[in-house]
Amino acid sequence: MFKQLIAITVMNLQTLPQRLGASSVIVIGITGVVAVLVSVLAMAAGFHHTLADSGRADRAIILRGGSDAELNSNLTREDIDVISSAPGLAKDAGGKALLSNELVTVANVPKIDTGTDANVTMRGVGLKLADVRPELKIVAGRMFRPAVRELIAGAGAVKQFRGLTAGSVLHLRNADWLVSGVFTSNGDIHESELLADVDTVGSSIERGGYSSAIVLLDSPAAFAAFKDALTTDPRLKVDVQREPEYYAAQSRDLTRTINIVGNSVAIIMAIGAMFGALNSMYTAVAARSVEIATLRAIGFGGLPVLLSVMIEALALSLLGGILGAALAWFFFNGHSVSTLGAAFAQVVFQLTVTRALIVTGIVWACLIGLLGGFFPALRAARLPVAEALRAS
Amino acid sequence: MKFFPLIWATLWRKKARTIFTLLSIVVAFLLFGVLETVDYAFAHPSTGTSGANLLITLNKYSITLSLPFSDEQEIRSVPGIADVTWLTWFGAYYQEPKQFVFALPIDIDTYLGIHKGDFVYDDTQMQAFRNTRDGAFVNTELMKKHGWKIGDRIPLHSTIWTQKNGSLDWNFLVVGVYDVTDPTQRNQQASTFLFHYDYFDEGRSFGKGNVGWYEERVEDAAQSAAISARIDALFANSSNETKTQPAKDFALAFIKQLGDIGFVLRAILGAVFFTLLFLTGNTMMQSVRERIPELAVLKTLGFTDANVLGLVLAESLLLCAIGALLGLAASYGALPIIKQGLQGVELSPLALLPGIGVAVLLALIVGLPPALRAKRLNIVDALAGKH
Repeated sequence: MFKQLIAITVMNLQTLPQRLGASSVIVIGITGVVAVLVSVLAMAAGFHHTLADSGRADRAIILRGGSDAELNSNLTREDIDVISSAPGLAKDAGGKALLSNELVTVANVPKIDTGTDANVTMRGVGLKLADVRPELKIVAGRMFRPAVRELIAGAGAVKQFRGLTAGSVLHLRNADWLVSGVFTSNGDIHESELLADVDTVGSSIERGGYSSAIVLLDSPAAFAAFKDALTTDPRLKVDVQREPEYYAAQSRDLTRTINIVGNSVAIIMAIGAMFGALNSMYTAVAARSVEIATLRAIGFGGLPVLLSVMIEALALSLLGGILGAALAWFFFNGHSVSTLGAAFAQVVFQLTVTRALIVTGIVWACLIGLLGGFFPALRAARLPVAEALRAS
Repeated sequence: MKFFPLIWATLWRKKARTIFTLLSIVVAFLLFGVLETVDYAFAHPSTGTSGANLLITLNKYSITLSLPFSDEQEIRSVPGIADVTWLTWFGAYYQEPKQFVFALPIDIDTYLGIHKGDFVYDDTQMQAFRNTRDGAFVNTELMKKHGWKIGDRIPLHSTIWTQKNGSLDWNFLVVGVYDVTDPTQRNQQASTFLFHYDYFDEGRSFGKGNVGWYEERVEDAAQSAAISARIDALFANSSNETKTQPAKDFALAFIKQLGDIGFVLRAILGAVFFTLLFLTGNTMMQSVRERIPELAVLKTLGFTDANVLGLVLAESLLLCAIGALLGLAASYGALPIIKQGLQGVELSPLALLPGIGVAVLLALIVGLPPALRAKRLNIVDALAGKH
C-alpha cells in the first residue's frame, strides 16, 4: 500500500505544473492568511517583549499606595529617606543605597509619521541611575549633567518622535532642553523615554516630591523582606512590586487585544482560504478522474488515492505557510512602531516575528490544507471506476 | 434583462465551484465591512451635538500639567466665546481597577453652558444636584452597569487625588441620572460620573486652584481657529502656555497616538483582496474555458462579440455582487459584537457603502480577461475544439 501511495503521490505532483492556476490559488490564499496572522501577532509579541524586558527580578518599584501607575503616584522626600534605609537594599562601596528616586511626567513631542503631538514620558532619574540600571548605555553624545537642562533620549523615541537626535534642542515648559545623548537599554520600555536629572525636572514642572523609587535589591530573594518592611512601616503608605510584575501588568491588556484581533481576522481569512482550497482540489480531482479511475481499475486501493490528494493539498498549503511567514518576516520583522501604553504614554516597540509565531503560521497553513483537501480526497477515493472511465 | 436566465444558468453550471467561490467572496466582504467600519469610527470621532462649537485648552507642553484657575476669567473675556468651563482628570475606579469610572469634577452652570442640549435629565434631580455638596449626577449606562440607585452612597477610588486625611477614597451621594441626546455619544459617555468641582477642590490635599483643562463654546464654529489663537496668545510666554484646538481635532490627535490603525487595517484588506482576486479570477477563467464550445454556439446563433463579452462580464458582476451583498450584510449584523470589543467607539453603517464600489471593481478585474477571450473567440476553431 505504501508503494501505491508513493506512486500516486509522485504522479500527482508531477502533473502540478499543468494545473498551475488552480494550484496557485491554494498557495496564494494561504500565503495571505499566514502573512496577516504572523504580522499582527508579531505586533503583540513585540509589545510584550518590550515590556517584559523592562524588569529585573532583583529590582523593585515603589509607588504611593493605590496609585496604580507612576504618573499618578506621589512620594515625598521623607518617604524616599525611609525607603533608603529598608533592609535588603543593595549598597554601593560608600554604603549608599542603590535607589533612584524618579519623577515621571509626560511631554508633548510630535510623532515623525503623523506630525501630531504624542505623549512622551519624561523621566527624572536619581544620581544612582547607573548602578540601579546598569543596562543603560549611551550610544551617541554623552550623559546629561545634573542641575542643567539636559536630557538623554531613548533610541526608540529618537526613531519615532521629532527632534530628539543628540545635539538637538527641545522646548519644554518654560525652557529649552539640550538632548545631550541617545541611549539604549536592552530594547526595554525606557528606550521610549527621555531621561534627565530628577530635581531639574521637578523644578521645571514646579513639583516637589517624586513619582516612584526604583531600587536594586541584594538578590531577588530579598524582595519579600524588603516589601514587608515597607508595607508595615507606619510612616509609609506604599505599594511595592517587583519590576517585572509591574511592567507585565501594563502589557497584558494590549497584548491580549492584539492577539484577539489578529486571531479573529485570521480565522475569517482562513475560512475564505479553505473554500479556495476546496475549489482547487475538487478541480484537481476532476481533471484527473480518468487517471484515478484507471489506477483503481488496475488494483490500487482507495486509501492511497485519498492520502495522495491530501498530501498534495498539504504540500501546497505548506508552501503557502512558509511563503506567508517569510513575507511577514521580510516586511515587518524589526519594524519600529509606537502606541499609547497603559500608562498614558507612548511605548515604542518593534514587530518581532518569533520562531513560535512562524510555527503557529505553518500549523494554521497545514490545518487549512487538511480541511480543504479532505472532501475532494474523499471524492477521489470514492470515484465510481466504470463511470469515470466511460466519461472519457 | 432578458438574458438574465441565461446568465443565472451559466453561473450555476458547476454548483460546488460557484458556492465555494461565492463563500470566499462573502468572507472577504465580511472582513471588509468590519474593518472599514472600525477604520471609519477611528477617523470620525463623535463629539456630540455641541461638538462643532467646542474648543479645548490644555497645557501646551504636557497633558499632565495643570493650568491655573485664574485663566478662566481671561479666556471668558475673549470675544466670540459663549461660555467657558474647567475640568480635571480624576482617575477613578469603583471597587477594583478594572471598573474604570470617568468621574469628572465640574462646575454645573458653565458645564451645562458648554454642553447645551447634550443631556436629558429631570429638572428636580438637577436641582437636588445643585443643592448637594457631595452629590453626583451619573450617566444612566453607568447606573445600570453597577446597579446603583438614586440615594446610594458610592465610594470611588481616585488613583491621583488624596484628600486632606490622606485617603484616596472619595464618597458621593447619587442624586440624579442623565442620558445623552446624541446616540453616537452613548458609548463614549457610558462611564461618566459628574460631581462638583467645589467639593473636589476643597477636599484635595494638593493642587488647589489648578484645573486640568478648559473647554469653551464658541458662537461661530467658523471662527474656531482665530479664537483658539487668541486664547493661546493670552498665555504666551507665561509659565503655563496653552494649546487650544477644536475638540474634534483633539480627539483625532489622541486616536493617532494609538498608532496608524488605518494602515494596519488597509494592509490586512490588501492581503485579503489580493488573494480573492486570484481565487475568483481563476474560477471565472476556468468556467469560460469549459464553456468555449457553448459560447461558439451562441455566436453561431447570431450573438455579437459585444453580446458575448457582456454575458461573461455580467456573470462575473452577478457573482461578485451576490457575494459582496451577503458579506456586507453579515458585517452589518456583526456590528453589535464589534461594539462590545471597542468601547467608546461609535460604528456607522455608512462605512459599508464603499464596499459596493469595491465589488464592481473586483468583478471587472476578474471578469475582463475571460470576457475578452470569449469576445475574440473564432467560431470555426472553437467548434472544432482548436482553442
